[in-house]
Amino acid sequence: MADILRLFDPEPNPNIPEIRPGDTVRVHARIIEGEKERIQVFQGVVMRLRKSGANASFTVRRIAAHGIGVERTFPLHSPRIEKIEILRRAKVRRAQLYFLRKYRGKAARLKEDRSLYERKKQEQQ
Amino acid sequence: MIRKGLLGRKIGMTRLFDEKGEVVPVTVIEAGPCYVTQIKTVERDGYNAIQIGFGHAKRLNKPERGHLKDLPPLKHLREIRTDDVDQYQVGQVLDVSIFTPGTLVDVTGTSKGRGFAGAVKRHGFGGGPKTHGQSDRHRAVGSIGSGTTPGRVFKGLRAPGHMGNRRVTVLNLEVVRVDPERNLLLVRGAVPGPRNGLLLIRDAVKGSARKKSE
Repeated sequence: MADILRLFDPEPNPNIPEIRPGDTVRVHARIIEGEKERIQVFQGVVMRLRKSGANASFTVRRIAAHGIGVERTFPLHSPRIEKIEILRRAKVRRAQLYFLRKYRGKAARLKEDRSLYERKKQEQQ
Repeated sequence: MIRKGLLGRKIGMTRLFDEKGEVVPVTVIEAGPCYVTQIKTVERDGYNAIQIGFGHAKRLNKPERGHLKDLPPLKHLREIRTDDVDQYQVGQVLDVSIFTPGTLVDVTGTSKGRGFAGAVKRHGFGGGPKTHGQSDRHRAVGSIGSGTTPGRVFKGLRAPGHMGNRRVTVLNLEVVRVDPERNLLLVRGAVPGPRNGLLLIRDAVKGSARKKSE
C-alpha cells in the first residue's frame, strides 16, 4: 500500500546535493512577485532536515540584520528551489540543531567537518 | 438526476507540486474496476439506480452467488441513484476513466471510529479551567441547562457519546489526476475513513464551483 504512495514521490532534483544538519548552505529559491519572477538566495545553517518522501523539508537558519535570527523552511522537492550549494559542513552530534536558537555570535559557531572540504579539494585537482 | 460513480479503497495521502510550484495535498484512491451488477428501474423497483460491485470476495453465500451469477466474486455492492439506467447493462465494467482531472467529486466513506468520546473531543467544547483550584473539571461538559424551569434537559443537547464510525460524505473534491492503468484516482484534500477503507466516489451533486464532467 505504501508502495503505491511511493509512485508519486517526486524525482530528486539534480541541483540539490545531499544535505545534512549543520551544513552551511546557499539556497537559490525562485520567488514570484506579481508578474515577475526572480531568484532569491538564502544562506544559513541547516537546522533541521525532515525526510519523508514527498513531504521532506528542511529549515535553514541565518542571522539577519541587527542579530535577528531568521529561519526558513523549504519543501525539499519544491520545484521553486533552483539549486542548493553546500559551503561548509560542520560536525554535529544531533539531528535537530534547535540549540542554535539559544546562542548568538561566537557561541553559535559549529565545528567544521573537514572531510567535505578535503573531498572538494581533491575533486578540484 | 444523472450521476456516475465508482467504489474504491483509500490508499493514503501524499502531496504533489502543481505547475506554479505550490503544494497540492492529495488522497490516493484505488478505484474500480467496478462491475454493474444490477439495474433498478422505476417500473420494477420504484426508483432508478445502478448497483455496482468492487473487490474480490473470498467466499460468497448461495444467494450472493446467484446474484452474481455471471460475474466475478465481488466483495462490496453499492447502489448509485441515477436516471440514465438505459446507458448501462449488467456485467459492464466501469473504471477510473469515467472521471477527468479538474472535475469535482463527492466521496463517501465510513469515518474512523473514536469510541465513546467526551464533549471536548466530540463537539469541540472548551472544557473547564486548568488552574484556580479546579479538580475534575478540566474536560467537563459544563452546564446542561437551567433549573426548575424548564425542569428537564433539552433534546439534542451536545453531550459525550459515540464518535466516528458513521457514514460521512465530503463534497466537491477536485480530481487532480487519473491513472487508468493502475486504477488510481488522486483527489485534492482528505477523505473519510482509515487507509484501506471502502469509499464511494460519485460526481458532485452541488457546489457553485461545479465543473461539468461531460
